[in-house]
Amino acid sequence: MRDTPLSNCERRFLLKAIEEKKRLDGRETYDYRNIKISFGTDYGCCIVELGKTRVLCQVSCELVPPKDSRPTEGIMFFNLELSPMASPAFEPNRQSELSVTLNRQLERCLRNSKCIDTESLCVISGEKVWQIRVDVHVLNHDGNLMDAASIAAISALSHFRRPDVTIQGRDVTVFSPEERDPIPLSIYHMPICVSFAFFLEGSYLLVDPCEREERVKDGLLMIAMNKHREICSIQSSGGIMLLKDQVLRCSKIASVKVSEITELINKALENDRKIRKEGGKFGFAESMPKQRITTLKRDKAPVEMTDVEETASDIVNTTETTTEPVPSPVLVGMGTAQVGEGIVNSWGLDEEEEEDDEPQTEDTKTDEVMVISDSEEEEVVILNEVQKSKKTSKQK
Amino acid sequence: MAGLELLSDQGYRLDGRKASELRKVQARMSVFAQADGSAYLEQGNTKALAVVYGPHEVRGSRSKSLHDRAVINCQYSMATFSTAERKRRPHGDRKSSEMSLHLKQTFEAAVLTELYPRSQIDIYVKILQADGGNYSACVNAATLALVDAGIPMRDYVCACTAGFVEDTPLADLCHAEESGGGTSLALALLPRSGNIALLQMDARLHQDHLDTLIEAAMTACKGLSEVLDGVVRQHLEEVSVLTRD
Repeated sequence: MRDTPLSNCERRFLLKAIEEKKRLDGRETYDYRNIKISFGTDYGCCIVELGKTRVLCQVSCELVPPKDSRPTEGIMFFNLELSPMASPAFEPNRQSELSVTLNRQLERCLRNSKCIDTESLCVISGEKVWQIRVDVHVLNHDGNLMDAASIAAISALSHFRRPDVTIQGRDVTVFSPEERDPIPLSIYHMPICVSFAFFLEGSYLLVDPCEREERVKDGLLMIAMNKHREICSIQSSGGIMLLKDQVLRCSKIASVKVSEITELINKALENDRKIRKEGGKFGFAESMPKQRITTLKRDKAPVEMTDVEETASDIVNTTETTTEPVPSPVLVGMGTAQVGEGIVNSWGLDEEEEEDDEPQTEDTKTDEVMVISDSEEEEVVILNEVQKSKKTSKQK
Repeated sequence: MAGLELLSDQGYRLDGRKASELRKVQARMSVFAQADGSAYLEQGNTKALAVVYGPHEVRGSRSKSLHDRAVINCQYSMATFSTAERKRRPHGDRKSSEMSLHLKQTFEAAVLTELYPRSQIDIYVKILQADGGNYSACVNAATLALVDAGIPMRDYVCACTAGFVEDTPLADLCHAEESGGGTSLALALLPRSGNIALLQMDARLHQDHLDTLIEAAMTACKGLSEVLDGVVRQHLEEVSVLTRD
């Protein structure tokens, strides 16, 4: 189904707030949301929560014949799925623009930057190599899918262990995890994507836009860097006009953020390794807060309360009070009340019918049967309270 | 990959150019009679063909039309014979879709779409020979085709690639330099204002070198814009001479 379009007043509100350097959730311009990385029981499975955006990544491997052009290198395959559970706008089996963009950016960020040593994935040159498959599924879309996906992908790749193999002549023996410990992949560096959203013709930028902010953005600049301050990929999209200084400034901000996030990933990996070694419980079930299976944590939203009373009383004092008193209702009969007197009928009807109308605006006389409506089709008659014996007649 | 020396000691590249030299650019406009605008551009060995139809009524679903602007529809495809190995899927694969999307966004920013509400402008680009700088050749060819079609734009959109080898930026990369594993940056620029319409970079580059790389790409684009301007003026002279009696 199509996503509900953003109303004009919501758009204006968001843009006005950005002009005043305020964000919906109270963050600063360069602040990221809370990042939480948790690993599953299998090696290579990881969930990343960036605020409310949730992304799951699974890494798996398989022995396949290599590509003809590169017989000594392993194959990396990336796939990002926009699951319909993430947002009502995502339809299953439809390759939307967003899906193409995210997939390509993930590929460029991880494959072209050569973060994994593909030569070490070769088993028999020209015949058998490991194919590493990275599947990213978006579980909840609250903005900035690219960053979450890149964090999830690199965390999962760092967490993954492939089975051990031995080669004797032409025979390849693959050991199961029980027989021999699986081997981690050799990762040179961790490229992390940082997204900058531009608003109002490039005059304002925000780091880590949430879903609402993403809807009003002009364009996006994605910079993928690693903690050694090497830029792995830059991509500007959305047709925004950038200046060279803006790009350089963004790259500086990105380097700071990337080092923070890399620290976080390393800490999470370390924690997981420790728990596994100690034989403690690990996996997704353990990393969720107890007693609540499906809820997300609700963070307290800071609300600025200074001057609230003053501004409120100002508004109350300066508003004009209504001068015309609203007439209180007059009970005309059982089930009927009248508010106000109404104005003279200006339809230009015959005098006879006008006379019929006039008595209705006066107070009722007890013995009269009143005709309220002019229509010939309907005849609605009101009985006064006193005369209950008279029957009401309704004819249509 | 070892073996190919991208920059020799005397400062010459694989094809004999200096580090900041562009390849030879040759272009012709109005190559097709049927289309509203068309152009053929050669940048070294990379050959690109661009065709523009429009502005015309929105084809297909009416819901795609915008009430205040024109919709730009781009399709990028590579001929099957354009690369060293025969391409099995000329269009529809992810790379082509991504390129089409980037072209669309670049030109949506450059073309004055507010002048043609509820209409559609189609830009079709085909690469006949791919020898590095595919995206740049497309953008340049499409710019010429749009000028040929008479569609108003804010400025020429010029694109060029740049690379980095041993602290020296190289301008306008050929295929061997691009696939050598070094850095390659593709930049689309509006020369007069210096606004960057699209920036795309792959492969690792240290942050400190980013400034020099972008600067080199921008200089290359400005040089290219002068070449394109010359092509347009020459074409106009030819056409006006022919129609004059």
